[in-house]
Amino acid sequence: MKSTLKRAGYSKVQRQMNDVFIQFTSKVIFLIILLFSVNLFLAGHYTPGGGFVGGLLAASAIILLLMAYDYETVKKMIPVNFHLMISLGLALAIVVPTLLFFFGVPFFTHQHTYVTMPVFGEVALHTAVIFDVGVFLTVAGTSLLIVTLVGGTEK
Amino acid sequence: MTLIHLAIFLPVIAAVAIAIIYRYVKDVHLGWFVLPIPTVIVAYLFSLIPSIANNQVFHHTLNLMPRIGLNFDVYIDGLGLLFAILISGIGALVVLYSISYLSKEEELGNFYVYLLIFMTAMLGVVLSDNILMLYFFWELTSISSFLLIAFWFTKEKSIYGAQKSMLITFFGGFMMLGGFIILYIITDTFSIREIIANVDLIMASPLTPIAVVLVLLGAFTKSAQFPFYIWLPDAMEAPTPVSAYLHSATMVKAGLYLVARFTPVFAFSELWVWLILVVGLVTLLWASFNAVKQDDLKGILAFSTVSQLGMIMSLLGVGALAVATGADEQIFTVAVVAAVFHIINHATFKGALFMVAGILDHETGTRSMRKLGGLMTLMPITFTMTLITALSMAGIPPFNGFLSKELFLEAMFEISNANFSALADWSVLFPILAIAGSIFTFIYSIKLIHGIFFGERTHETPKEPHEAPKLLLASPIILSALVVIFGLFPNILSGTIIDPAAMSILGTETALNTEISHWHGWNNPALWATVAIVVIGTALYIFRNSWMFIYEYHKEQFTLNHLYDQGLIYSQLGSAKAEENVMTGFLRDYMVYIFGFFVIFGIVTTFYTGLPITFGDFADVGIQDMALVLIILVSLAIIMMTRSRMVSIIMLGAIGFSVALFFAFFRAPDLALTQLAIETVTTTLFLVCFYHLPKKSKHEESIKFKFTNFIVSVGVGAIVILFGLAAYSNRLFDSISQYHIDHVYDLAAGGNMVNVILVDFRGYDTLFETLVFGIAGIGIYALMKAKVSRKDDENEEHA
Repeated sequence: MKSTLKRAGYSKVQRQMNDVFIQFTSKVIFLIILLFSVNLFLAGHYTPGGGFVGGLLAASAIILLLMAYDYETVKKMIPVNFHLMISLGLALAIVVPTLLFFFGVPFFTHQHTYVTMPVFGEVALHTAVIFDVGVFLTVAGTSLLIVTLVGGTEK
Repeated sequence: MTLIHLAIFLPVIAAVAIAIIYRYVKDVHLGWFVLPIPTVIVAYLFSLIPSIANNQVFHHTLNLMPRIGLNFDVYIDGLGLLFAILISGIGALVVLYSISYLSKEEELGNFYVYLLIFMTAMLGVVLSDNILMLYFFWELTSISSFLLIAFWFTKEKSIYGAQKSMLITFFGGFMMLGGFIILYIITDTFSIREIIANVDLIMASPLTPIAVVLVLLGAFTKSAQFPFYIWLPDAMEAPTPVSAYLHSATMVKAGLYLVARFTPVFAFSELWVWLILVVGLVTLLWASFNAVKQDDLKGILAFSTVSQLGMIMSLLGVGALAVATGADEQIFTVAVVAAVFHIINHATFKGALFMVAGILDHETGTRSMRKLGGLMTLMPITFTMTLITALSMAGIPPFNGFLSKELFLEAMFEISNANFSALADWSVLFPILAIAGSIFTFIYSIKLIHGIFFGERTHETPKEPHEAPKLLLASPIILSALVVIFGLFPNILSGTIIDPAAMSILGTETALNTEISHWHGWNNPALWATVAIVVIGTALYIFRNSWMFIYEYHKEQFTLNHLYDQGLIYSQLGSAKAEENVMTGFLRDYMVYIFGFFVIFGIVTTFYTGLPITFGDFADVGIQDMALVLIILVSLAIIMMTRSRMVSIIMLGAIGFSVALFFAFFRAPDLALTQLAIETVTTTLFLVCFYHLPKKSKHEESIKFKFTNFIVSVGVGAIVILFGLAAYSNRLFDSISQYHIDHVYDLAAGGNMVNVILVDFRGYDTLFETLVFGIAGIGIYALMKAKVSRKDDENEEHA
């Protein structure tokens, strides 16, 4: 945090700021934000949420960590390759509609069924979820890629 | 998804597989893996011949977007089947040829992927019933041709040739799309079958001449007719298998296919018939005249191809007369039969000749006619093949070229009997052009045989000439054999392939019962024309040194190539100049352009239409709304007046969060959530961006009041308010949300309408937005990497 503020031109901070608070709390808050983003994502079809918001919140969780620590530490904590995330996300988003096309329905018609699971009861399976996972991954990956790149720390 | 759809997509699916495996099979030539694909397709298509010959047609639909009529409809009739067999059959032979022509050192993975994409695209063009899909596949052939021409992309000539082909064929394709849209406007359908059924609508419409010109532009650019032929000689930079496949036997014939397919639609139009006939004959003569002077072997063949395509094009023009004047007129159906027959014949002898050119290049190291000579005894098999195919091209019996050329000359003489437009009055001109073109065709064919294989050896060839390996010879031998077989027994083709194709072009169900024979009687003017061609041609060739000086008069400044090059240079210079004046480098100026135009547009609209605004029916403005507006205004004021960057960022974030609160107040929870998340991420981004901005300098400057900026900003604000109020006051349509509310459960199984619209109802939009987002990320990555590496270099210099 100190390093970020210093880079933004605030040289006076070093005497007043102490990284300990944010480093400790971010470890907990990061997990809460991440879980909330997954919840938002899954709840999307019936309540506010969805792929975009989920992806952005997941990105913000990691950005919080970037604020507290520097890039190298975060990379060690979460070894995720952003390019792979983007590619995987885009692949999922494109494959789903195209695959449906080969099953004889017009392009991009989603299919859904209902399945009974032991603990959760009746659950809907919807191809839109796979598409949304693609959106989630792309959004999170791109946001993180841009933030780490512009931060001058991505090698 | 029927078998035929699978057959069309098989090459592109195989291309994906090839792209994955080609790294792992470096020991075996990749071509062996590719070869089964066209072979399988052509075998399947052969199985369809008996049914098509019995007047059956196949029509299969694959729904893409049925609501707007964009479906992948496949329609196989005689014409489509003929072309599909050509595409897959010659494709198989070309792949076989490429196995020994291209060494394993080349980028074979790229090559075969591009080739397979081309194969799918071309099959899609000829088998598609939906004109939008036809356009899609048409442009896909242009793209794959571009990639194949630029295969050896380190050579500047390859890039030049590929760019030229791209500019010309994409221009034509785009024009063709315009023509197709006009057809849709007239007939309200995208299906070719239904358009043909609605010919009376097209005859009556005033838009038809425009459609004719646009569609023909597409056909003429793709089939290298005058004056668009200039890309084909430069396309010879591609590897020879590509030249044999795309630029002689298949892709350039796509224009001919287009003309043939749309003959029942446009045949009544005088413009159509005249354009095709004249352009075809002029191309025939001009290109064969130019072919004689070429030094590069592939150059001769390229111009020869242009000329032969002109010949077929003019035949299709005469064939249109058969539709216009009634198909019972047997005298014109001969032209259509000739056209179809020559499409097959040209594919066989020209494909073989290109392969021979490749063999000569491979075994002697040169393609220059000056350096080749006296190779008859050293390369006997190649000599025999060249003899057969070149004589066929010249129109000498008993080869297949002679048969189709006879029919061509007959058709040209028949025009004098035409009862259509003013054709009969000009009809003496057409046989003259035809005969002149054929004379030059004869000359360059003889030049090919005589110049390469007879005479003295020049000893200037880079390599010691020797006969080619058997594998390389296999494909041209097959094609030359076909030249002989089709020449001696043409009627194995006439009932099975030629007649069904001719009947689909003419749009008739009555059987043609064509019988092609060598002898048409002493009274036939075509016979004497052929004799004249041979005599005059031989004489001109023997005394060639005395008249060839006329080629010198064709100065460089007057060639079409020069026109093209100058056009490119001047358009680039012109745009650079325009850019200099407009693009100042300041974002503020660009915003003034955009918003200024917006304001002017708004004022003009208000003047002309008036903006009726009713002030009733507004929601109540609560105290919380006013408080938020106040917060936003105060933040804006602080941003404009503060000197600290940090404060600006925080105030910007405050505005964003206020907007999110607005969304929450207006009961849009999804929007509010997304706005909050975006605001967080972008504020972080701003903070992090500031690392790269230069340090704050102590220099202070008072902000001058710029009147233009003031006017533009006030104007934009006013216009937006006015338009917003006007849009709210005039509800012209019912809100579409009713449809979504009704169907969100049964069609989409979801409860959140906003999200369901995003991923289901309007999922296509989301797909592209996500794609754009991903591309933006990758683009920023590329830009930052370039900047960072430059910065490192600069830092190293200073250090």
